[in-house]
Amino acid sequence: MSKEVSLGKTFTAGLWDNNPVLRLLLGMCPTLAVTAAVKPALTMGISVIFVLLFSNIVVSSIRHLLKPHVRILMFTLTIATAVTIADLYLKAFMPEMSASLGPFIPLIIVNCIIIGRAEACASKNGLMVSITDALGMGVGFTLTLCVLAAIREVLATGMIFEKAIPAFTDFYVPWAAMGMPVGAFITLGLMLGAVNMISKKTT
Amino acid sequence: MDTLQTLILGFIGIVVVNNLVFTKFLGICPYLGVSGRIDMAFGMGCAVTFVVTLAGTLTWIIDHLFLMPYGLEVMRYLCFILVIAGAVQLVEMYVRKFFPALYESFGVFLPLITTNCAILGLCLFLNLWGIDSLLEAVVLSVGAGIGFTMAICVMAGIRENLELADVPECLQGAPITLITAGLLTLAFMGFAGMIG
Repeated sequence: MSKEVSLGKTFTAGLWDNNPVLRLLLGMCPTLAVTAAVKPALTMGISVIFVLLFSNIVVSSIRHLLKPHVRILMFTLTIATAVTIADLYLKAFMPEMSASLGPFIPLIIVNCIIIGRAEACASKNGLMVSITDALGMGVGFTLTLCVLAAIREVLATGMIFEKAIPAFTDFYVPWAAMGMPVGAFITLGLMLGAVNMISKKTT
Repeated sequence: MDTLQTLILGFIGIVVVNNLVFTKFLGICPYLGVSGRIDMAFGMGCAVTFVVTLAGTLTWIIDHLFLMPYGLEVMRYLCFILVIAGAVQLVEMYVRKFFPALYESFGVFLPLITTNCAILGLCLFLNLWGIDSLLEAVVLSVGAGIGFTMAICVMAGIRENLELADVPECLQGAPITLITAGLLTLAFMGFAGMIG
């Protein structure tokens, strides 16, 4: 990426062209695990945005000091620090959500998106580009998570945001499998297929 | 004999019933990435089994000997990730020295074991489930590794045959793999509730 890359383009790249889940296939584990309902998916997305922003800012600021052979270790430690902050925050202010997400908040440490962006973007670019990139990638990730979670929650329970949908929930027969791992794998597979089809048509 | 029973049930439980890949979505990245051929999948499985055993045991010891007595739980994630990174480095050097061909074919996926969620996930689960004997922690770690190896080998076997199938163009590659994984998960759901 050259210096002239516009910030707007960096931001929108994360949303569609380089969407971390749908295009780069990064961060699959949380994508599949927390998308049984929209609420945990949103919490997860926001936590990832925070961690991504934190690690991109730190890595970008210290990029001139990094030696090649210790850089991965530095990235990992930075990310682990940010994740600890996010985890403690959730435990303190949203204890129920923290309990239901269980180990998946600490597992953000090993989310490939974050270390991938630190390596591919933040360690080569200035602060502004890195921040924009983190926001774009984070929002792209969150949106994908929410769409997947919305599909699964509506099909599994007939409700959205744990609220009934008028004139739909009453006669809808819940499709329990969608709330289980099976639903996650198959829905995401079909979503990837749909994205492939759309991108083929537009080019 | 109660301990032995707990150990055996725990082992079967984590290999089949609570398989990390199928029920907890851990280790999906290598599961989708390296499952193209059976021999590579098996090699990957062995590497992961080794690392997860080492990491699970070490993190359990560190957690119970250092972090808990001194109230340093805040440092838990930092310590865990350092132990895992160290263990992966060890495996990488070993494989490069003794199995150069395997090392070549793994490519970037070997260092990526560090970011394999199955490993950190297992270390966290050991803590979450409140496992309080070292022996049980070791057995569960080995079980998790074997469970992962089994899952990735089954997947690789299916994908080798899938090469010959006529898949719709937009579903080729990752999408069909995910759908196959979904069906496999469905099959393994049959074991759910077998061991409490």
